[in-house]
Amino acid sequence: MPLVESIFREYRPSDAERSDRSAGDRLRHRQKVRELIRENISDIIAEESIIGKDKDRIIKVPLRGIKEYRFVYGENAPGVGQGDGNSKPGQVVGKAGREGQGQGQDRAGDRPGVDYYETDVTLEELIEIMFEDLELPDMERRALREVEAERSTKRKGYRKVGIRVRLDKRRTAKQRIMRKLASRHDERVEVGEKTNERFPFHDDDLKYRHVEAEMKKESNAVVMCVMDTSGSMDTMKKYLARSFFFLLYQFITTRYRNVEIVFIGHHTEANEVSEEEFFHKGESGGTFISSGYLKALEIIQERYHPSLWNIYAFHCSDGDNFDSDNPAALRAAKDLADVCNLFGYGEIKPLGSRYYESSMLNVFRRLDAPNFQTVLIERKEDIWPSFKAFLAKEKPQ
Amino acid sequence: MANYEIKDLLEWDERIREKVIEFGLDCYPQEFELCDHSGMLGYMAYSGMPSHYPHWSYGKSYEKLKTLYDHGVSGLPYEMVINSNPALAYLMRDNTLLLQVLTIAHVYGHNDFFKRNFTYGSTHAEYTIELFKAHALRVRRYIEDPSIGIDKVEHVMDAAHALSLQRRRNLAIRKLTQTEQVERALDSARPPDDPFKRIHAPKAYVEPNIRKVPYEPEDDVLLFIRDHNPFLQEWEKDVLTIVDEESKYFIPMIETKIMNEGWASYWHKRILESLELEQGLRIEFIVRHNQVVRPIPGQINPYHLGLRVWEDLHRRYTNPTPEEIKRDGAPNKSGEEKIFEAREVERDSSFLRRYLTEDLMREMDLFQYEPRGDDLVVSKVSDEEGWRGVKENLLRNIGMATIPVIKIEDADFGQNRTLYLRHFHDGRDLHLEYAEKTLAYLYRLWGRECVLETTVQGKRSLLCFNDRGFSAKALK
Repeated sequence: MPLVESIFREYRPSDAERSDRSAGDRLRHRQKVRELIRENISDIIAEESIIGKDKDRIIKVPLRGIKEYRFVYGENAPGVGQGDGNSKPGQVVGKAGREGQGQGQDRAGDRPGVDYYETDVTLEELIEIMFEDLELPDMERRALREVEAERSTKRKGYRKVGIRVRLDKRRTAKQRIMRKLASRHDERVEVGEKTNERFPFHDDDLKYRHVEAEMKKESNAVVMCVMDTSGSMDTMKKYLARSFFFLLYQFITTRYRNVEIVFIGHHTEANEVSEEEFFHKGESGGTFISSGYLKALEIIQERYHPSLWNIYAFHCSDGDNFDSDNPAALRAAKDLADVCNLFGYGEIKPLGSRYYESSMLNVFRRLDAPNFQTVLIERKEDIWPSFKAFLAKEKPQ
Repeated sequence: MANYEIKDLLEWDERIREKVIEFGLDCYPQEFELCDHSGMLGYMAYSGMPSHYPHWSYGKSYEKLKTLYDHGVSGLPYEMVINSNPALAYLMRDNTLLLQVLTIAHVYGHNDFFKRNFTYGSTHAEYTIELFKAHALRVRRYIEDPSIGIDKVEHVMDAAHALSLQRRRNLAIRKLTQTEQVERALDSARPPDDPFKRIHAPKAYVEPNIRKVPYEPEDDVLLFIRDHNPFLQEWEKDVLTIVDEESKYFIPMIETKIMNEGWASYWHKRILESLELEQGLRIEFIVRHNQVVRPIPGQINPYHLGLRVWEDLHRRYTNPTPEEIKRDGAPNKSGEEKIFEAREVERDSSFLRRYLTEDLMREMDLFQYEPRGDDLVVSKVSDEEGWRGVKENLLRNIGMATIPVIKIEDADFGQNRTLYLRHFHDGRDLHLEYAEKTLAYLYRLWGRECVLETTVQGKRSLLCFNDRGFSAKALK
C-alpha cells in the first residue's frame, strides 16, 4: 500500500511581511494606469464630480481598464446557466453585455465585457498628473517678502560667545581638558590623575551653541475670480466657469505656499462674495464688466499689494456687455493686466450661442498686454485646452 | 482568530491520509503552507506559483482581486493547490478548524487528480516549480539587461500574452514536424497499389505542394513565429517560448476544471463523512460544503456540476434504477471502478458528453440563454427536444472551447511573407474590437502583414493588419 507523505509549513508573520511579491508588478500597473489617466485627463477633469472637492479627498475615476486583448468570441454567443427548476423559454435571466453571466469561474472563459473599473486617485495625485501634462517649467516666484509669523530656529555650530543658557557644558569641559593636557606636555601625567593643582576654566574654554533663526520666506498668491452673475449666466455657464476657477486655484496652490482666493460677482455693479454665493446665487439685470475689474483693482489696492503678492485674475462672462461700457472695461482691463501676473478673460458660450450673442472677444483683441489671454469655452472639453492656453501667457519676470 | 493549533492540523491530516489510502486515491507527496489573506491574494495573482516572472498584468490581477475582496464581492478560496510533485497547497490560516479539515481532504482530491488524469501527463509535475523559477530568472535577466530593459520586454510580452492561448489543445497527441507532415503527404499522394491497373487508367498523381509553410494549418502561433520570423532576437524568441510553456502548463487545468473541482468535492465529502465528526463540526461541515457546491442561479458552478455528475455516475454503477438497467444494461463494473477509470481517461468535454445524462440535466434545470435586445433570454431548456442543444452549447462554453480556434494557414501568402490565418468558425463570431487589437499584437511579433480570415455575421471576411494599420473587407 503506497503511503502518502505530507508536510505542513507554519505561518510566519515575518515571511509574510517580507514577501509582498506583487509590489513591483503593481507599481508597473499603476504607472500604466497613470498614463491612461493622463491620456484621458480632459475627459476626467470635465467630469462634474471632481470639481470643488477637498484636496485629500479620494476620488474614483472611472477608467476603461488596461485591457488584455485576445481573440475571444463576441457577445452574440449563447451561454448555459442553471435555473431554479422552472426555467421556461422566453424567460429573461439577465442583461446582455454584462460580464460574468453564465461562465462559471473558468480562467479561460474571459469574454470581453465592460472592463470599466474604478481607480482610486486622490485629488492631489490627479492634479499632479494634470500639471505633469501641462509640462510647464516651474514658474518663477515674484518677490518673496512677507515673513511668516512662525519663525523656526535651527542649531548651527558652536561659538565662543553667547548667552549663558546656551552654554554647552560638555564641550566646555572637553576644551578645558584639552588645554590642560596641552599645557603640561613635559610632565607625563595620565589623564584623570588627581593633582592638587587647580586648573580653572578660562574664557577661551567656553563653548556656546549657536542658534540661527530661520526666516521662512513666504510666497503669496491671490486668485481673483471675477464672474458675471447677470441674468444671462445660467447654470451650465456657471458650471463651466467654476471648473475653470477650480483648475486655476489648484494650479496656483501647487506653486505658492500661501494662496488666497477672492470671489467677485458682478452685474452692473460688483461685490466681493463668498464662494457659495458666487456659484449658486443668481442675479438678474444687465452687465457692466468694468465694474468687476474696478472692484478687483480696489481689493488689490487694499489688501494685495502687487509687490508682495502674485496676482492671478480671471474673469468669466458670457460676453453680453453693454456696449457703452466697453471702453471703460478695456481701460480697467489694461490696469488690471499691469498689476497681475496673469490675467485672463474666458468667454463662455455653450453650444454655438456665440453666433448670435455679442462678444467681448473682439473688444479685448485691442488690449495689448503680454500677460493677458482670452479663451472661448463652448463645452466641457474646452476647459483643459483653454486652461493650457491661458497659462502659456504667464508674464516673464 | 483561528480555533486550532498546528498540531491539530497534523492530527487531522494523519486521519485524512489514512482515509485517502483506504479509498484508493493515489497522491503525490503533499506540502501545505499556511498563509494570510494578502499572501493568498498574491498566490492567486500568480496562479499559485511560488515564483513567477514579473509582468504588470499580475499587478492588475492582484488589484482586481483585492478590490473584489475588500468590497466583499468575492471571498477568497479556502485553498489553492498547484499541480507539482510534491503538490503544493496553500491554506488560509484564518479559517476555522473544520474548514481546514475540509480543505485538506479537498486538496488530496486535487492531488490525486493531478497525478492520475491523463491530461496532466504533459505538465512534468516534478519540474513545475523549477520551470517557473527558471522562467522568472530569465525574464528578470532580460529586464535588467541594459541593452534590453523592461519596456522592450513588455513590448514583446504583452503581444505574447495576447496570443498565448492560440496553441494546440490536446497535448496527448504528438505534434508532427514539418518533415513528418510532408512525408505523410507524399505517402498518401502516391497512387495505391492497384491490382486492376491494366484495365483502367491509373489515378492522376497530384503532386502535393511540399514547399508550403506550414504544410498543415498550424495551431501553435507563438512557436511558429518564434521559428519562422528570422528578425527576432534570441531573447525575444525566449520570451515567446516562456509564455507558450506557461500556457501549455495551464491548459490541463482549463480543460478539466469541472471534473477536477467535482472530484475534489466528491472526495472531501466522502472523507469527511467517514471521519465520524462530532456534532458541532458535522453541522459546520454541512453548511460549508453546501456553500461550496451550491448551484448558482443563472450560472454554472463547476463544483456543483462536477460533483453532481460524479455522484450520479457512481450511483448509476452502484445502484441503478430499473429504467436505467433497461436502457443501458446492467453495470459491468462497480461504481468505484467506474469513477476511478473516468478520472483517468476523461477531460471536461468528454466527461460531460458521456456522463451528463438527460435526467440529470433536467434535474439541474440547465438552460441555454441568448442575448435578445438588451436582455439575456432563455432560449432552450433541458426538456425532451431541447436537452441535446443545451448540452452541445454547454460543451462549447467550457475549457478551451471558449477560445476561438485560429490556425496559421500560410506564412508566405502572396509571396510577400504575409501571415495568413484562418478562424475555424463554429457559429460564434469573433469580438471585432478584440480581434483588431490582437491582430496588432500579432503584427508586432511577425513584423509583416497579418491577415485573418473569419466570418462576420454570416459573411466571410478578411481582417488585415499591416504598416498602415487595421482594415477589414468582406470576401465574395
